[in-house]
Amino acid sequence: MTQNANRIQRETSDPWWVRATIVSISISFVALMLVMPLGVIFFEAFRKGVSVYLKAFQDRNAIRAIFMTCLAAGIAVPLNLVFGIAASWAIAKFHFRGKGLLIALIDLPFAISPVISGLVYILVFGMQGWLGKWLEGYGIQVIFAVPGIVLATIFVTFPFVARELIPLMQEQGSEEEWAAVSLGANGWQTFWRVTLPNIKWGVLYGVLLCNARAMGEFGAVSVVSSNIRGGTNTLPLHIDALYNDYNSVAAFAMASILASLGVITLIGKTLLERKLEQDSNSSLESTTTEGIS
Amino acid sequence: MSIEIQNISKSFGAFTALKDISLKIEEGELISLLGPSGSGKTTLLRVIAGMESPDPNPNSHVLFFGEDVANKPVGDRKVGFVFQHYALFKHMSVFENIAFGLRVRPRSQRPSPSAIHDKVHSLLKLIQLEGFGTRFPKQLSGGQRQRVALARALAIEPQVLLLDEPFGALDAKVRKGLRDWLRGLHDELNTTTILVTHDQEEALEVSDRVVVMNQARIEQVGAPADVFHHPESEFVIDFLGNVNVFQGRINQGQAVMESLRVNLSEDSTREGDQANVYIRPNDISIDRVPISPSSFEATVTRINRAGINAKLSLASKNKEEIRVDISMERLLELDLQLGNTVFVHPTKARVFVPDYTI
Repeated sequence: MTQNANRIQRETSDPWWVRATIVSISISFVALMLVMPLGVIFFEAFRKGVSVYLKAFQDRNAIRAIFMTCLAAGIAVPLNLVFGIAASWAIAKFHFRGKGLLIALIDLPFAISPVISGLVYILVFGMQGWLGKWLEGYGIQVIFAVPGIVLATIFVTFPFVARELIPLMQEQGSEEEWAAVSLGANGWQTFWRVTLPNIKWGVLYGVLLCNARAMGEFGAVSVVSSNIRGGTNTLPLHIDALYNDYNSVAAFAMASILASLGVITLIGKTLLERKLEQDSNSSLESTTTEGIS
Repeated sequence: MSIEIQNISKSFGAFTALKDISLKIEEGELISLLGPSGSGKTTLLRVIAGMESPDPNPNSHVLFFGEDVANKPVGDRKVGFVFQHYALFKHMSVFENIAFGLRVRPRSQRPSPSAIHDKVHSLLKLIQLEGFGTRFPKQLSGGQRQRVALARALAIEPQVLLLDEPFGALDAKVRKGLRDWLRGLHDELNTTTILVTHDQEEALEVSDRVVVMNQARIEQVGAPADVFHHPESEFVIDFLGNVNVFQGRINQGQAVMESLRVNLSEDSTREGDQANVYIRPNDISIDRVPISPSSFEATVTRINRAGINAKLSLASKNKEEIRVDISMERLLELDLQLGNTVFVHPTKARVFVPDYTI
């Protein structure tokens, strides 16, 4: 057995110099393109000392931008969480007409440029748009205002939770739910006690990625926001504005927030992936190691 | 509780899973739905449970104790359903799994915590897993998991137990043990039980009655000995255990094959019709010399001594394979070796004349 394994190892492994070249290409690429720029953000942010760094956060416009970003993410993420769970539930557990179309449409925001999605909202909700005039009659302004930013954020982060949950729920099937229902549980009890515990790590994973994207979105939001400082600017837009003003310390100080969010997301993602793997391993185990009574 | 199924059909798109099925299940009975995969047995079980609704038809009914349950959802039918792959709640302990059906009851009907505790412990004792309450499903073997699934179903005191290939995922030895245990449990509790299986040995051994299903229809219903010894169709005789099949023609009240002739019991057949003759391996005797005019000659090609009986493979003159079971004593008595010539004499045969009018 070990002899066999050794032989396979030897047959499939390439000469050392091939391995060394490929490994060093990957590492230097990641270092040059990813790690170094990330380091630069923090280096630039702290270049003129901690006090200058902290001062960047005392600016009224900066606080407003952070608030706007949190607001947009705070509305978009919960809404997409509810939508994502509903959509993946429908796709994984029911049969209905137009299921294929729904699966394809969920991916739409991944497929088109965020700028386009921003423009689409202007066409629909802008003053010259289809619904703009009508909404204005009720005193509601969507474009160049908070609702537009929230809508654009929802649009671009739409697929994250659903995309994560659909394969997970399809793999798990609906036998546990049927078991719960046959034992007398109602739909609500079945969801909270059986379905949700089975998908909780997947839900968290989706929420994490959804949030990172919601907070970092630039393109779509930039189109529907009027770039009013201290008004409708979100954090990424604010960073862009600061940088265009040659205020690089403040720009990088703000950027360091998003960069930290990125690092935290990465760590969380890695931990959750491990959890997810454990879960699918244990469900795999339950179908392969049967009958050792 | 008695269950009556009347004129139930079910199709999924172009696929027909059930075709006009009617069946009555008596109270306290353990009945098996036996058939190959795709025969509709699991669909029938799910229709009874309420997990599938039959094709709409004014004459089709599912009656529990004479009451139509068409509008009763799964949870109100009080059925204990056990799945092939257990469907235990992975994140709950064995105790919580079994207690689930009691805990989800509306507050007014929910037993007190101590009553739940007592109930779960009596069930753990019943499935011989006392002291396993704090374990999680993945810490149990397949057989233990299926016993927990059964206890979970029993906790709601179901009117009927529905078992969907409950032992299908287990290895042979565990399966046999659990089968005997299930029969003992049924004798103790007397809950009406419907068992879906594709394993004819399991169905014949454990049930009071067997329903043999094939291609969305019921082929035969009867006691195990009845369906085994008096199969009503070629499918039933073929599906219930090993059998030799010979093809011949009808000639003067006999089925005539190249090497043998069998008398027909009925004469509703036409001369020259095709006839299929089924002979079980233990309904054949062999001798060194011809003992009757119907004996025919064959050569021994294989002898398998592993088992209570010896299993022989013979080849007739025209190369038909014939499987024969004889006792070990008989094998010694005949002193057979590979390549020996023997004379084969069927003691019991069933002749079916395929009906082309279907």
